Amino acid sequence: MRGRTSLPGLSGLGSPRGLRATTTVVVVAAVLLPLVPLLVWSVAGTWRYPDVVPGRFTRRGLDLVLDGEVVAATATSLLIAVTVAVLACAIGLSAGRAIGLYRFRGRRLVQFLLLAPVIVPGLAVTLGIQVFFVRYGLADTVLGVVLVQLMPTVPYAATLLGAAYANLDVDYERQARTLGSGPWRTFLTVTVPLLRPALVTTALLTFLISWSEYVLTLLIGGGQVTTLPLLLFAAIGSSDRTAAAALGLLVVLPPVVIVLLVARRLRGRDDAWMGLARG
Amino acid sequence: MSQSVVPTGPTTRQHAVRRGVPERLRPLLLLSPALVVVGVFFVGGVAQAVLQSLGRQPFLGETDWSVEAYRATFADPAFRASLTLTLRVVVLSTGLATVLGVAVALLVRRHARGPLTTLLQSTLAVPHLVGALCIGLLLSPSGFVSRLGAGAGLVDGPQDFWVLTNDAFGWGIIAEYTWKEAPFVAVVALAAMTPHVRDLEAAARVLGAGRWRRLTTVTLPLIAPPVAAASVLVASFAAASYEVPRLLGQSFPATLPVVALQRYQDTDLLVRPQAMAVATIIAVLSLTLVAAYLTLVSRLSRRSL
Repeated sequence: MRGRTSLPGLSGLGSPRGLRATTTVVVVAAVLLPLVPLLVWSVAGTWRYPDVVPGRFTRRGLDLVLDGEVVAATATSLLIAVTVAVLACAIGLSAGRAIGLYRFRGRRLVQFLLLAPVIVPGLAVTLGIQVFFVRYGLADTVLGVVLVQLMPTVPYAATLLGAAYANLDVDYERQARTLGSGPWRTFLTVTVPLLRPALVTTALLTFLISWSEYVLTLLIGGGQVTTLPLLLFAAIGSSDRTAAAALGLLVVLPPVVIVLLVARRLRGRDDAWMGLARG
Repeated sequence: MSQSVVPTGPTTRQHAVRRGVPERLRPLLLLSPALVVVGVFFVGGVAQAVLQSLGRQPFLGETDWSVEAYRATFADPAFRASLTLTLRVVVLSTGLATVLGVAVALLVRRHARGPLTTLLQSTLAVPHLVGALCIGLLLSPSGFVSRLGAGAGLVDGPQDFWVLTNDAFGWGIIAEYTWKEAPFVAVVALAAMTPHVRDLEAAARVLGAGRWRRLTTVTLPLIAPPVAAASVLVASFAAASYEVPRLLGQSFPATLPVVALQRYQDTDLLVRPQAMAVATIIAVLSLTLVAAYLTLVSRLSRRSL
């Protein structure tokens, strides 16, 4: 069934195999080309202008990544991203249940409210409330950064988990309740295991959004909460291309690994890719 | 099955009574933590930007309502240049990302589970900050492409290469958005090419429709709703994102988000309402696109089955 005849459209353009292969190579090259200088610069000691290959290689980039400042920033990034992912999943589980299992008035409004923050980048929104973070002592703190990062992650988690709840067979919960299990026990031993795949995906993707976030951390962290993207931004601004490239690799690796891990589960779910596109 | 139904009813009802939460209020209760987050940070953020752009100054106790910030903003030639740049970047990035993304999806659809799809998905995970760094190292006057050109004898030196980063037109910004968002559109388009679409294509083929006809009257209309939705997301993102234009653009004219932060960080606090006015304009622009997205999705999905 998956032969030529069952796949019309452009796929059987009638073009010779060679042309098709060439186009594929061009696509792969276009996708990968911008990553080449990143990889090369991260190990380049000296790389004078017209040279296509560095004159000397160095492990300075690696040393820099293992440097105290970078390790501390990695720890801060991890702390914030894990906290944000856990909170977003908890809040998203609750909201997702309402979205997935209930029909109620104002559902469309709720959908809009949960869509807008995923789509609209945070800068315009955060400028207005920064003064409140300052006032309540949340500016320049990890807690403040965690709270502001809930804005893009919670709606996203709620949407993903809402879809998972919509596919949940609530009869399992009813049966557990009938057999005498309390609400919490039912939730922990029946609902959560049933939702586990979606929950893992949501946790990883919200982690990823937080890990990549720059401008919200800058505005609320005020430069005091130093995450990896902040260090990377500073490095890009400096003229040290080796340092910038090494930091860039450190920032890019976890997201790529995570997406490769969850890609299989996300097939056919364009709402899940939505949050990734804004990173 | 039928046996379990009998005890279930009363149990749930008793449970609802015991907890004292009427069934009708359950969704609201479940939604409340998420709504607090969205309400405080998002709705609150937009509302505060609007209020502060109109002269309100929180914690200073002074509210001097006026539209002066907007008048000053629109009268400023620098702002008009920024608006032009922003719209140019949005239109070109979105157009390029959509066309290239759909083309790539059509190219790889036969091997939708293959390594090429995985490659596109991993590009999605690259943070825009890293993307900006990559494009900078690639397209700057002494960047990788310039070196390749010099190696091939086409470029005499960094001065001889086109100015593609930190340029007035915004090529670097457009290149980054296109590089990052075309795979996004492609992934969405691939997801839309379901077995159902394949069946309809096969039916059209049986009925004698040629390749081009099938593409334009069956495939493209069927994948249009999600692809259009993805494009609107790209546009909204391109209009309101900060890092990429900050790193790959000029500081004058800069795109609107960069201008908003520049004015916000101005030491002269009197400029702050203008920063809020620009933030409000970005938010309105972006939310209009979200509304367009929702309208588009519902209209297009109604049309195509």
